[in-house]
Amino acid sequence: MEHDRGAPGLPAPRGPLSEGVEAYLRGAGRLPRLEDVARAAVYGEDLQLALYLCYELHYRGFAGVSPDREWDPELLRTRAALEHRFLSALRADARLHDGVDEALAGLLVEPVDGTGVSHFLRDEGELWHLREYAAQRSLYHLKEADPHAWVLPRLWGRAKAGMAAVEFDEWGGGRADRVHARLFADLMTDLGLDTAYGRYVDAACAEALVTVNLMSLFGLHRSLRGALVGHFATVEITSSPGSRRLAEAMRRTGAGPAAEHFYDEHVEADAVHEQVVRHDVIGGLLEEEPQLAADVAFGIDATGFVEDRFGARLLADWRASLSSLRAPLDRETAHIS
Amino acid sequence: MPNSPSDRATPDRATPDRSPSDRSPSDRSEAPRRVTVQRKGPLLMEGPVEVELEDGSVVTSDRFRVALCTCRRSRRYPWCDTSHRDRV
Repeated sequence: MEHDRGAPGLPAPRGPLSEGVEAYLRGAGRLPRLEDVARAAVYGEDLQLALYLCYELHYRGFAGVSPDREWDPELLRTRAALEHRFLSALRADARLHDGVDEALAGLLVEPVDGTGVSHFLRDEGELWHLREYAAQRSLYHLKEADPHAWVLPRLWGRAKAGMAAVEFDEWGGGRADRVHARLFADLMTDLGLDTAYGRYVDAACAEALVTVNLMSLFGLHRSLRGALVGHFATVEITSSPGSRRLAEAMRRTGAGPAAEHFYDEHVEADAVHEQVVRHDVIGGLLEEEPQLAADVAFGIDATGFVEDRFGARLLADWRASLSSLRAPLDRETAHIS
Repeated sequence: MPNSPSDRATPDRATPDRSPSDRSPSDRSEAPRRVTVQRKGPLLMEGPVEVELEDGSVVTSDRFRVALCTCRRSRRYPWCDTSHRDRV
C-alpha cells in the first residue's frame, strides 16, 4: 500500500462522526452510522470535520492513509450522507435570491460603514488577530483556487476560457514563485506561522471548515457547477475591497512585506478577475445553460451565508478578547519586531 | 497577477521585447486588439499593456487581461481597484 509522503497527519477527532471516519481511514474501525450522521449538528465541529476529512482525500490525503481511500465506496456512501445534510441545510438557510443579477447586485456595492472582519482588522486589528485570521484561512489559501479547478471540464466556450485564464493567474501565470498559495505561505512566514499544509486544521473552528467544505462540495459535483461558478464569482467580486483593508491592516501592524504583498496583489488581480468572472464565466455559462441561473444564485447566496457566519464567529470571540482558535498558536514570532 | 509591486510603478522600464516603439509594424499581430467598454466600470483589454501617464511616465502590466480605471477614483491608478462601485 502506497502512502502519501509529506501529507499532513490526521487531525484530532471532534466527536463520533470524525472519530469513525478517522478510524476507518486508518483501517482500525468502522465508519459512523448513518443515524448518527442524521442526528449531528449540521454546521457543527464534528460533522464538518468528518466531511473535511472525506474531502481532503481528493487534495493531499493524510500521512498513513492509503490514497485509494479517495474512491472507497463505503467512505463515499458516508460522504454522501454528510453532504446531503450539508447541502439540504444550505438550500434551506442560505437562499435569498432567485436571479443572478439580484444576487450579484448586493456584492457590487461598497458599504460606507462596513462592519466585517476586514474592517475590524483594518481599524483595530492587532498582530494576534492577524495571525489567527491567517491560520484559519490557511486551510483554503494553501490550496487557493484548487477546488475551482474541478469545474473546468464541465464548462465550454467562453465560460471555460475565462475560468481557465483566471485559474492560470491564481496559479502564478506559469511562475512557481507567484502561485497564490505560495504568496500566502510567504505571508504566514511573515506572521511567524508554520506553512506546512494542514498544520492548522486542529486550530480551525467549525465555521472555517464550513467555508472550505462549501468549495469542495461545489467543486466535486458536476450537478453543482452553477453553484461553483456563483461561489467563485462571489469570492472574486468581494476580494478586491476586502484585500485593500487587509493590506492596510498588515501595513499598520508591521506584519511584513510578504504579508502586505499577498493582499496588495489581490486588490488589483481580483478587480480584473471580477470582470472576467461576471462577463465571461457567468455570462458564458448562462448562455450555454440558462437553466443553471438559480444554481448560480444559490452559490452566491451560500457563499455569503457561510462567510457571514465565519466573520460573526471571529468578531464575537475577538470583541470578547478571546481566541477564535481551538488550539493556541506557537509563539514563534521572533522575527516580528 | 504576474506583476510584483516593483513592476508596477517603474517609469519607462527598458523592456525591448515588450515596448511597441521598439517593434517594427510587421511584428504586430494582424488582429486588432479588442478593448471592452462599459457604462460603469473599467476599460478591459488584453495584456500585457503599457500606459503612458500624464507626466510622461510609463507603467506596465503583464496580466492576461487588464482593467483600466475610468472613474479616476482608483488608488492604484491607472489600474482598476473597484473604487467605481456605488457606496451605500
